[in-house]
Amino acid sequence: MRFIFKTSYAQDIRLAKHAGHRFWYGLLCLGLLAAPWLLPEYWLAQLTFVLIYGVVGLGLMLLAGFTGQFSLGHAAFLGVGAYTQAVLTTMGWPFALALACAALLSAAVGVVVGLPALRVKGIYLGMATLAFGFIVEEVFARWESVTAGNAGMYVPPPQVAGYAFESANAFYLLCLAITVLATLAVLNLLRAPTGRAFVAIRDSEVSAQSMGIHLARYKTLSFALSAALAGVGGALYAHKLQFISPDQFSILQSIDLLLMVVIGGLGSVHGAFLGAAFLISMPQLISLGKDWLPDAIGQAPGLQAVVYGVVLVAFVLFEPMGLYGRWLKVRTWLELFPFYRKGMFKRQKSFQKSDRLK
Amino acid sequence: MNAPSPHSDVLLSAQHLSVRFGGLLAVNDVSFDVRRGEVFTLIGPNGAGKTTVFNLISRIYQPTSGQILYHPGQGAPLVLTGQPAHRVAGLGIARTFQNIELFEHASVLHNLLIGRHTRRETGLWADMFFTPRVRAAEMRAREKAEQVIDFLDLQHYRDQLVAGLPYGVRKVVELARALCTEPQLLLLDEPSSGLNVEETDDMAFWIQDIRDELGITVLMVEHDMSLVSKVSDRVLAMNQGEVLAMGTPHAVQTDPGVAEAYLGSVDDVSSLRRSAPPAKAAA
Repeated sequence: MRFIFKTSYAQDIRLAKHAGHRFWYGLLCLGLLAAPWLLPEYWLAQLTFVLIYGVVGLGLMLLAGFTGQFSLGHAAFLGVGAYTQAVLTTMGWPFALALACAALLSAAVGVVVGLPALRVKGIYLGMATLAFGFIVEEVFARWESVTAGNAGMYVPPPQVAGYAFESANAFYLLCLAITVLATLAVLNLLRAPTGRAFVAIRDSEVSAQSMGIHLARYKTLSFALSAALAGVGGALYAHKLQFISPDQFSILQSIDLLLMVVIGGLGSVHGAFLGAAFLISMPQLISLGKDWLPDAIGQAPGLQAVVYGVVLVAFVLFEPMGLYGRWLKVRTWLELFPFYRKGMFKRQKSFQKSDRLK
Repeated sequence: MNAPSPHSDVLLSAQHLSVRFGGLLAVNDVSFDVRRGEVFTLIGPNGAGKTTVFNLISRIYQPTSGQILYHPGQGAPLVLTGQPAHRVAGLGIARTFQNIELFEHASVLHNLLIGRHTRRETGLWADMFFTPRVRAAEMRAREKAEQVIDFLDLQHYRDQLVAGLPYGVRKVVELARALCTEPQLLLLDEPSSGLNVEETDDMAFWIQDIRDELGITVLMVEHDMSLVSKVSDRVLAMNQGEVLAMGTPHAVQTDPGVAEAYLGSVDDVSSLRRSAPPAKAAA
């Protein structure tokens, strides 16, 4: 068990709290940097997808995990980012400028979607964002002069300062850089007043308001930031697939994204990436498992959806804190061995919330 | 006391407040002045409208009629009833809640830092890049929070999650969070509810310290009459949304109208008697 002896405020503010953090995250960064030379092409592509989904997951985590606003239409932001990037780079815009536009446009759309969030909560917000997702998917399909409709459109490789990121290795490194920057930005926000205001809104709106937090402004801000990150993820997604069509941004994609943050662990930045790794590796695991199953099950259509559903239900029932929560338990078990008690992570019964202010 | 005149020592003055929820008149023509540097207590039986008055001051409810004036400094008073709810904290009015509204999944220190929100010095972009200015502001915020932790003896719980704290400590954390906003007026909604005798005594000391050492005016709703008489300078008794009596704790406690509101009138009691009083009692 590690006890941190605190002697300065700077120690509390620092991102890496102790030498262990520095060592392991340094090692992770080195490993990720070396990946293009270590991994075969197929696995590198999967890792690129993990990074891309990680960025989108960061956005959704900020919204759902830290501000407590659920969005069932997040694929729409992904789509706005992807199409903006596709259209602009086809027109010959440089990568960075197109990416900024993709993020800004997604953020603007996020603000529009955030407006109902000021009035509706919980399941009703879910329905509003779900409807929004359908509308945007329909726009992608019908606005043929821009999006080429259901036929889909090709996306040229990104161009940065005259250098085309055509090889998978180069594109992977580009994604890695953007992911690291996005993660740092989110971590910075969370340790600053803005992030604390989000957490306050998640835990108690009435109390956040009485602490002087402008609910409307921060909820809208959270939607905008979340959508911007989804837009950046979408832009990278478009470059990676090199082809986009409206059905990639359907309700199923939205549910996958939500699944990702819930399974990863709501309310933790790690969760976004663990969830992304889960989402990308699951189809592989399922196809591996198919050979072991009887044909009637293994070859049945919709097997993946069933497995996802079962896994989600299992997590909600048995590990509501997600993969990251499970990891925390394993880590505590290892640290305290052999003194770990079963009830250590049991949530105490929460006290009755104020019922006069409903 | 129905026509309060704005004195220079008045911090908050409620004037003819009324609130109607549908057919229910929750607060009916209530007027009172809270003077600078006093502990002013609202008492009354359940449903008297005390918490409603609190929610009017913290702008969660809009009064049907009447207004609240706030005199934070010299100069013209501010019409509090025209301000949005999120501005109230910035104006120097902090509150606690009867049933504790803390940010459950954050540590005690984080809760206190959220209390510093109205004093934030940096914007979104600075926060995102965590500029040196943000770092310096964070240090200052932690310093302030640490002073409050020291004041209320919360050192032991600083880094614990609120979700795992006992009820009595949560009550103190909520008080600490309110103090972190550096208020001029502190609204305490039943500070002793759910506390044991010892914790209630601590709370009484703290309320006195808050008034005497920090110079913060306290407006509280409280049921525990021993606490009320120990710390209050003035007491306002309410019943069914109306003002019953106002004055020193002793004067209000001995007011016949107040006793009647709590215990019922003599007529009420006699109606409960059996029709023929027992002979022994008569003798």
